[in-house]
Amino acid sequence: MTAFTAVIARDLRLAWRAPADSATVIAFFVLAVVLFPFGVGPEPQILARIAVGIIWVTALLACLLSLERLFQLEAEDGSLELIVLSPAPLELLVFGKCVAHWLTTGLPLIAVSPLLALLLNLHVDGYAALLLALALGTPTLSLIGAIGAGLTLGTRRGGALLPLLVLPLYIPVLIFGVAAVEAAVAGLPTRPHLLLLGGLLALGLPLAPIATASALRQATA
Amino acid sequence: MHRFANPARFLRLGAAIMPWSTGVAVLSLAAGLYFALFASPADYQQGESVRIMYVHVPAAWMALFIYTSLAATSAIALVWKHPLADLAAKAMAPVGAAFTALCLVTGSLWGQPMWGTWWVWDARLTSVLVLFFLYLGHIALNNAFDDPTRGARAAAVLAIVGVVNVPIIKFSVDWWNTLHQPASITRLAAPAIDPAMLRPLLLMAIGFTAYFVSILLLRIRTEILARKLRTLRYMQGAEAPAPAVAGERI
Repeated sequence: MTAFTAVIARDLRLAWRAPADSATVIAFFVLAVVLFPFGVGPEPQILARIAVGIIWVTALLACLLSLERLFQLEAEDGSLELIVLSPAPLELLVFGKCVAHWLTTGLPLIAVSPLLALLLNLHVDGYAALLLALALGTPTLSLIGAIGAGLTLGTRRGGALLPLLVLPLYIPVLIFGVAAVEAAVAGLPTRPHLLLLGGLLALGLPLAPIATASALRQATA
Repeated sequence: MHRFANPARFLRLGAAIMPWSTGVAVLSLAAGLYFALFASPADYQQGESVRIMYVHVPAAWMALFIYTSLAATSAIALVWKHPLADLAAKAMAPVGAAFTALCLVTGSLWGQPMWGTWWVWDARLTSVLVLFFLYLGHIALNNAFDDPTRGARAAAVLAIVGVVNVPIIKFSVDWWNTLHQPASITRLAAPAIDPAMLRPLLLMAIGFTAYFVSILLLRIRTEILARKLRTLRYMQGAEAPAPAVAGERI
């Protein structure tokens, strides 16, 4: 357990000392969302209709952007081998990395999203659902993304490969995340969609660290 | 199974099977195409374009069947570390991707006259499209490493992650579709299929499966021989310090 908290504390300290990394991801998120009104026109009704989709898709892409360096630094300076060799279970340490990734990427994304929803004229009833859906969905994104980051470690073109591996696996989160908010806007119950998002998270929590740990063992073998 | 993990034994078995599977593939594809194109009635609703289905439906079956085989092979490769399983997984992924692409293309060609559009965001179409991307990811990851073993292992993990996710994607896409788009299109809604139409369909399915077996055996054999060649070249390079190996990509 101390190893688990140590991994989280280390990553948080690194993120704190180089805040530009996380800031870039958030800047990308905001900028990419802001591009859409230029693309589809500034009519409030159209923007309100597609606001949820834009926010979710852009959040997915922003998360993807940050994944590449999830294990990259460790692989470069050799500490990844020490992490793999450590007596603590690798799955637990990987889970710690995922938690740290979510705290430095997912949480800021959630924090900015109401502002973006405001810019895109999202219906007032959708805000709570958007925040809840993002809170349940983004940890799953970090967990699935960690598998992709582990698998592409040491590839010749990791950056281009990662979206191809990870984005198809992100589709369920996107579908239920958007559905929850649209249900809220339409005055329907959001509970089923949020429960499904929670179910995905519940599946990802135990399974994703196992797959990621297996990928990291191969990467360092 | 472990008995045939030996490449030499596998090659002998493959050489024995291949003429038969190729023969079955050629015969049943020829018969299937004859029945599909000439000796079967046109559908009363779909007209002549129903004939596309005789390629489309077996291709869709193959796409799913090969992905399941790919995941099973990957699990075997990870658990027992048979190098042959790695080779088999690497050999079958492009074939599966090709069948998925064939399924998408023929479906699109059928959709244009039937639905009046090349593409609909229907649940089934979308999930097949995602399956195609999973195949592409597997192929890309397999080829992304300088060390082929590492690529095979990483791709195996991905195939297994994919197989956990495929039902989830499938169901989520189904629900997504029903939420947004009330059932406007139901495919192949006919309750029972006429024997005259079932015959070419089954023949084509058998032909596709036999073709898959042949092409898989051929691809595995090619891969084994390519590795032998590479090993030989290294051994030569080790004996005589010739610079021939230097530019070689592993």
